[in-house]
Amino acid sequence: MKSYALFQKDFHSELRTRYAINSLAMFIIVAISVILFSIGNENISPGLTGGLFWVIIFFSAMSGLSRAFVSEEERGTSLTLQLIASPATVFTGKLLFNLILVFLMNIVITLLYSMLFAEFIIQNYLLFFLTFVFGNIGIAISSTLIAAIIAKAGSKGTLYPVLSFPILLPLILTSVKLTSFAIDGVPISEAFFELAIVLCYDIIMISASYMLFDFIWKD
Amino acid sequence: MIWKIFLFLLLCFVSIAGIAFPIVQSPTKWYEFPFILGLEQNAKIIFFHVPTSWLTVIAFLMSTIFSIQYLRKKNLDDDAKSYAAAQLGIIFCILATVTGSVWSKFAWGSFWSWDPRQTSIFALLLIYGAWFALRSAIESEDKRATLSAVYSIIAFLTVPFFIFIMPRIMTGLHPGSADDTNAGPIVDFKMNFSMQLIFFLSMIGFTILYFWMWNLGYKSIILKEKINRQLTRG
Amino acid sequence: MTDFSLQIHSLQKSFGRRLVFNGITFNLNKAGVFGVSGPNGSGKSTLIKILAGINSPTKGQVIHSSDGKEIISEKLHNYIGFVSPYLVLYDEFSAWENLTYFSSIRKISFDKVKVENLLDQFLLLNRKDDLVKAYSSGMKQRLKFIFALMHSPSFIFLDEPTSNLDDEGKQTVYNLIKSEGEKVIVVVASNEKSDLIHCDEVLDLNNYKV
Repeated sequence: MKSYALFQKDFHSELRTRYAINSLAMFIIVAISVILFSIGNENISPGLTGGLFWVIIFFSAMSGLSRAFVSEEERGTSLTLQLIASPATVFTGKLLFNLILVFLMNIVITLLYSMLFAEFIIQNYLLFFLTFVFGNIGIAISSTLIAAIIAKAGSKGTLYPVLSFPILLPLILTSVKLTSFAIDGVPISEAFFELAIVLCYDIIMISASYMLFDFIWKD
Repeated sequence: MIWKIFLFLLLCFVSIAGIAFPIVQSPTKWYEFPFILGLEQNAKIIFFHVPTSWLTVIAFLMSTIFSIQYLRKKNLDDDAKSYAAAQLGIIFCILATVTGSVWSKFAWGSFWSWDPRQTSIFALLLIYGAWFALRSAIESEDKRATLSAVYSIIAFLTVPFFIFIMPRIMTGLHPGSADDTNAGPIVDFKMNFSMQLIFFLSMIGFTILYFWMWNLGYKSIILKEKINRQLTRG
Repeated sequence: MTDFSLQIHSLQKSFGRRLVFNGITFNLNKAGVFGVSGPNGSGKSTLIKILAGINSPTKGQVIHSSDGKEIISEKLHNYIGFVSPYLVLYDEFSAWENLTYFSSIRKISFDKVKVENLLDQFLLLNRKDDLVKAYSSGMKQRLKFIFALMHSPSFIFLDEPTSNLDDEGKQTVYNLIKSEGEKVIVVVASNEKSDLIHCDEVLDLNNYKV
């Protein structure tokens, strides 16, 4: 499969140069440390830990997911990609890479977070798992699309969170709500509406991405 | 010229009427407004807050529509129209947020309480800000128009989430939110005739003002670019 | 032998409100070498990128056909070979790895024999497993030719093909242009007389300047 081959190329490149993994790993550790130090010995409510969890996920995503497109643009290999693949293949390949990256990154964050924050106790595991999966897919899709946009602009680093936040906001708000449901042990039947929102968001964003990517990618 | 004077008089009347007419329990005279449960004395801000909120959404819609036109026809005039609409949109958005928080302070006790509608207008402000930030980061005219058009469309897709879905899942303080049994003064027609009159006149006045400013705005952008090109060429 | 054609109708390109060229029309209906000349800044690179399907024209059309059927833009990239000074290959990989990834992303089977012949022709066979990072600019230019030819494209677009090459490299390129020009459509954009001499017909962009 063509996009899988593109993903393999990116993965292989990442293994050789280790740009994203190193900086991303350090960022996660630093972000969690900053929050731990700021909280100190205070007790925080379980609901608050749910919110902070997604804050860390958002900023880690902003730190690591733009590399997929920005590295190609900065080195000038965008042209090479245009010569070997159709826009749909390019987007799928980059999305695949970012999906893997998001899931790896968030599994690490979840593990570290549950070890370090005693109040972060999930009661409804299935609900948390569903939120985790669909929420991460949504983050990957939107982040990849916005990364494609900012790769073609200047001041990429600061522009990325500025553009991504309004787009990710509905997803983050709903995911925070779902996480607090999972912490409180709310049954899935009552969280149905919110799960449907996240799923709708994923579907709408991925359709829009494929339709709009051509305009972003081609000059 | 006649229209401009008419518009000026209309907006003056609306502003004065909106602020000066008294609110009494049982209106008897033509210039008195009724007492609405839940809003009482601060009902008057409805004449300014609702039109500005309405217009910022219209401006966003227009900006997105002209963006789509640009993507289809690649005519930079459409990009100028989109930009002029967004400029006005962000101004009205700031006005709506400010009038909203003033109202919020008097009605609910604090300037900001993360009510879903407040969150939505804040999100719209962020979208506008991001859009302008994106535009200032791109040098080439074509690329700037294309990328900001794409971002406009993506941002527009998140708007339904804020307008329809958020209020349903979060309880809010706004009139007409999930837990408000009054269903809002506009829908329920709790306003008496004179209040409705001022309200609709205000909406019409502000809307005409917006379209007039937008017209001037995009034409001046196109003209400015033409002059710039003449200068650089000659 | 397959039948391909390249048709250009009333091509116009503007960047923003700045017009680059206007009214270009020509048809290439058989194999051959076609040249594009013009001073720096006249739009040679822009025209070649439009012909290769990388950029879009502001007005007008470019139609690539194979066996009488039009090739749609999503599939065009596999029919095209492109070389230019601003093309960059992945320098964290070796030449061989670059080329194998390119064929798997194109989903065209990797013709090992053909690639080795090309590497030999361009004197890179013994350096095929070295990282492109370590290549000289002349070697990188030669690798770009292999990238452009390995999938046997029907249309070959060369922008300043002899830049960074020594005399021996230049001669290899000229031989290539001649031999490919007998089978497929080759378009060369250049300022150098020595490049354009091999062309059957040359389009001078000065005639389409605003």
